Amino acid sequence: MHVQPDHLFAALADPTRRSIFERLSRDGEQPVRALTAGAGVSQPAISKHLNVLKQAGLVRDRRAGRETHYSANPKALQPLVDWLSFYAAFWSQRLDELEDLLDRMDQ
Amino acid sequence: MSDSGPRRSLVFERQMKHPPEKVWRALTESYLIAEWLMENDFVPKVGHRFTMRAVPLPGWSGIVNCEVLAVEPPHRLSYRWGDGTESDSGLVTVVTWTLTARDGGTLVRMEQSGFRAPDELAFKRMGKGWPRVLELLDNVAARTN
Repeated sequence: MHVQPDHLFAALADPTRRSIFERLSRDGEQPVRALTAGAGVSQPAISKHLNVLKQAGLVRDRRAGRETHYSANPKALQPLVDWLSFYAAFWSQRLDELEDLLDRMDQ
Repeated sequence: MSDSGPRRSLVFERQMKHPPEKVWRALTESYLIAEWLMENDFVPKVGHRFTMRAVPLPGWSGIVNCEVLAVEPPHRLSYRWGDGTESDSGLVTVVTWTLTARDGGTLVRMEQSGFRAPDELAFKRMGKGWPRVLELLDNVAARTN
């Protein structure tokens, strides 16, 4: 799944969703019921938040009997790593290599 | 895919002591490109699709799917860098090389354009949550190393 950084920011911009995501990252897989218990928000509201997190790739769900269990997928945060910084370092190094090559070429 | 939001570019300019024709060869001959950039199957022909191959990173396959956009020897070369399928972030950029004869050598300009800037408003809304996300990111990085 390819999720744009904008969608990740939007999903994590909400404090309730952020706390759900942090809790799943910290405590591992949880059923919706357990997440509702500590949140002070109704179960439908929690389910709605979980769905937004799922669309952003931040959580995964697993059906077990009549309950749905959710777990965090922190790897989804990787798009937030700045490609611009990566390529700035990359090209700087490659241009050095290009100059070395030009020095070695005969004409 | 959303195409909204500002785009950012990377620009490098370097004066090199070799003539444009020689720099052009290093930019357009496949076996020479492999020496300084990446393994590739580049051909200097507009519309030609090729791949650049490097060592994979977490979140990136190490492959870059490219397409030649402009070939004007020995001054301008442009290719699409990435088609959005190689990394989790769906990066699609354009790399453009401009060579200008100067002082007996060449002014080499490289621009990579099309980086998606994370939405500034979203940044602001993140507020105090942002350091926590960075902390989580550090954990991910530590685990994937």
